[in-house]
Amino acid sequence: MTTEAHVQHPNYVKVWAILVTLLAVSVVGSMSHVRVVLLVAAFGVAVVKAYLVAKNFMHVTVEKRWVPYLLIMCLLFIAILFAGVAPDVMKHSGVNWSNPSANRPAESGAAVKRE
Amino acid sequence: MSATAKPIANTRSATGIPTARLITWWVIASEIVIFGGLLASYVMHRIGHPEWAESASHTLTWAGAFNTFVLLTSSLCAVLAHKAADAHDGPRAAKLLRLTSLGGLIFLCVKAYEWTIDIREGFVLSSGGFWSFYYTLAGLHGLHVLAGMIIMLIVAADAAKNQELQRVECIGLYWHFVDIVWIFLFPLLYIAR
Amino acid sequence: MSTDVQHAEPGIFRKYFFSTDHKMIAMQYLFTGMAMALIGGFFAYVFRMQLGFPNQYVPGYGIVTPGKYNALVTMHGSIMIFWVAMPVLIAAFGNFLIPLMVGCDDMAFPRINRFSYQIFLLSAVVLLSSFLVTGGPFGGAWTAYPPLSASAAFNLTPIGATLWLLAVVLEFVAFLLGGINFTVTTMNSRAPGMKMYDIPLVVWMIVLASIIFMASVGPLVAGAVMLLFDQTMSTGFYDPTRGGDPLLWQHLFWFFGHPEVYVVLLPAMGIVADVIAVFARKKIFGYKTVLYTTWAVGFLSFVVWAHHQFVAGIDPRMANIFSVTTLLISVPITEMVFLYIATLYGGSIHLDTPLLWALAFIAEFMIGGVTGIFLGSSGTDIYLHDTYFVIAHFHYTFVPIAIIAVYAGLTFWYPKMFGRMLNETLGKIHFWGTVIPFNVIFIPLFITGTAGDQRRVYSYAQFAEQSRPALQHLRTTSTIALLVMLSFQFVFLFNFVWSLRKGKSAGANPWRSNTLEWTVPSPPPHGNFAELPTVYRGPYEYGLPGRADDFFPQNVPD
Repeated sequence: MTTEAHVQHPNYVKVWAILVTLLAVSVVGSMSHVRVVLLVAAFGVAVVKAYLVAKNFMHVTVEKRWVPYLLIMCLLFIAILFAGVAPDVMKHSGVNWSNPSANRPAESGAAVKRE
Repeated sequence: MSATAKPIANTRSATGIPTARLITWWVIASEIVIFGGLLASYVMHRIGHPEWAESASHTLTWAGAFNTFVLLTSSLCAVLAHKAADAHDGPRAAKLLRLTSLGGLIFLCVKAYEWTIDIREGFVLSSGGFWSFYYTLAGLHGLHVLAGMIIMLIVAADAAKNQELQRVECIGLYWHFVDIVWIFLFPLLYIAR
Repeated sequence: MSTDVQHAEPGIFRKYFFSTDHKMIAMQYLFTGMAMALIGGFFAYVFRMQLGFPNQYVPGYGIVTPGKYNALVTMHGSIMIFWVAMPVLIAAFGNFLIPLMVGCDDMAFPRINRFSYQIFLLSAVVLLSSFLVTGGPFGGAWTAYPPLSASAAFNLTPIGATLWLLAVVLEFVAFLLGGINFTVTTMNSRAPGMKMYDIPLVVWMIVLASIIFMASVGPLVAGAVMLLFDQTMSTGFYDPTRGGDPLLWQHLFWFFGHPEVYVVLLPAMGIVADVIAVFARKKIFGYKTVLYTTWAVGFLSFVVWAHHQFVAGIDPRMANIFSVTTLLISVPITEMVFLYIATLYGGSIHLDTPLLWALAFIAEFMIGGVTGIFLGSSGTDIYLHDTYFVIAHFHYTFVPIAIIAVYAGLTFWYPKMFGRMLNETLGKIHFWGTVIPFNVIFIPLFITGTAGDQRRVYSYAQFAEQSRPALQHLRTTSTIALLVMLSFQFVFLFNFVWSLRKGKSAGANPWRSNTLEWTVPSPPPHGNFAELPTVYRGPYEYGLPGRADDFFPQNVPD
């Protein structure tokens, strides 16, 4: 059973080539010592690649509108989760409190137990 | 696959989206919050523990980068399969889906090799905060790759007979989602800061 | 267009155990849920006997040791929420009603539906198996906070803790699959002519509950994987000495845990809405408002979770924010209750058993709601947290949800499910014998809680400052009331079983209701509709002037 095609198919190989180029950019950029360059290369590129895959491969922009809204809503919930939890879990000290276990690098996981 | 007749419920489409694709979007939505929850937990810890950067520097960036390339290429095959299915070319769609699966297999093999090196160096799941997250995140993702491969081969078997071609797009959507998760895992796990 | 279902009558296994028919799957969920309710209820009996008559031998059980007490309360909570409320309210009613009420022949994906039940059944079996292992079942509370839940050295139930966690994760997977099936069926498989606002509220509510569940459970699935690894693989996700944080579990748990209570509330409110409309012979007052406020509740439910953690050491500024949002969420819920009351006003009230249950839901849930205000405000919660006040509050919300509304739904749809009417007299006896004792159980607990009685303590005899002997008569009263309430449930069980054979034949539409499930025979045949219906109007056209009948079914042309 087939359904009628609901999308126009762009040049997928061209999209793939852009994605691979961006991958190369992010790998090269990650070797930089400048923090901003590193972050943009790593995460900025990731966001762009994700958008390209979503738009060109998943055709999410030609779907019914509520589909991308649903997906964005799920991302929003994760953002809310992060906002509500980070003050307790990401930070290890503040006004009137500190998390001494977390602040002890030797025990907190940097010292790796090699088996 | 045509042994049980489909219920009328499956064939209706009050939203205008075919039922198979509709359920795929809902599955993807539920997976966003699963991976999102795990990723958010990791990011919080990673930012809060700058000393994890030392551990993170031991991950094999070349393996991660190569695997990213493999998944991107397999995604290309998946979407070309969708295009073939739209053209009612079931055998071609099946061939492309099988190539996509092969990409998944390569991904898992590279990962197996990579993890062997890591484990030989002494980094296991319980080796510390960073490594626990590393194996859990990549492991959960890897399970989704494996599940995707299996379903994809089942869909390909039907597509080769020009049956259930609407499922080609759907398994492709799932595969692209798994690809997008890896697109974010790669910088988070492999690019040490 | 007629459904052309071309297969022979299936054998016993295909018909009862491996069916893909949504009605049979509904029965599977219903009976599994009812069986688990007997177990959960038995555990409540045991621990309340311990609390009412401390350190005495409990008939049918034995002596309650501290470890056993912890396991009993943990299992009672877990079972009632995950293996009773959810399967009955969402899976049983959802499976039975949705295809019938939207006018199609089954769920969009019947085999995924069957698979969901199989996973659910497996989860129940895994949980029950934990009663048989060394160390016994998990006793770290249904909230399972680490390090108690993560470390066998603390919880003393190494196998039980992991089995509990696996059972919960399997249950989540089952409901994810099931919920997505319900959502897709409701979105796509509606009868021609059934627009969004023609969908009965119970269906809307079950679907919205499924969506809320789906969006909130993800982080907890992640958290559960991490806890599983802490339990079994020596990781330290929740161990502060190893770079983890126990507070992370709390947040992940409650990020799901709070929306979860709305996940069970919404179907209950949907059932009550439909029952009220039918038995007041009146249109729902403000159907769209009910819908929009439900969406608001659904969204708000995601931003209130840390009110469970006010005393856990969270950032006090976050506590302020969560107090505000928690108090805010009471507004839309109250509005919905007012809309139900407005529906009743001026209606032609028929005080049959289903409506009695619906009215009890409104009254009891409101008490639960207003007592929540004290807990939602961080200041008062500092005192009340972990006292019996909390227990009384959530039983005044959960019992209306999981027991009262369920009985409303069962007494209302029993005729459709089984083709027979339940006995009204027994129904009313059961009703009063449940609702009155229910209040006598929990009002004393508000009092003891305010006086300072702490939760999850097996006996105050060990703690001099806790013992408050002057209050023991309240604790004993609560226990005796529970015994009374439990006894009256046998009236229902008898009614249920007896009416299956001896009840009056129901016919297709004994309640003269508008919705589509009442247009087919009772019980509905495989395939549901001989002729798939077309819908011409909304589900609540009751009492229209100028018509001979006081109802106007959805499928009757103008």
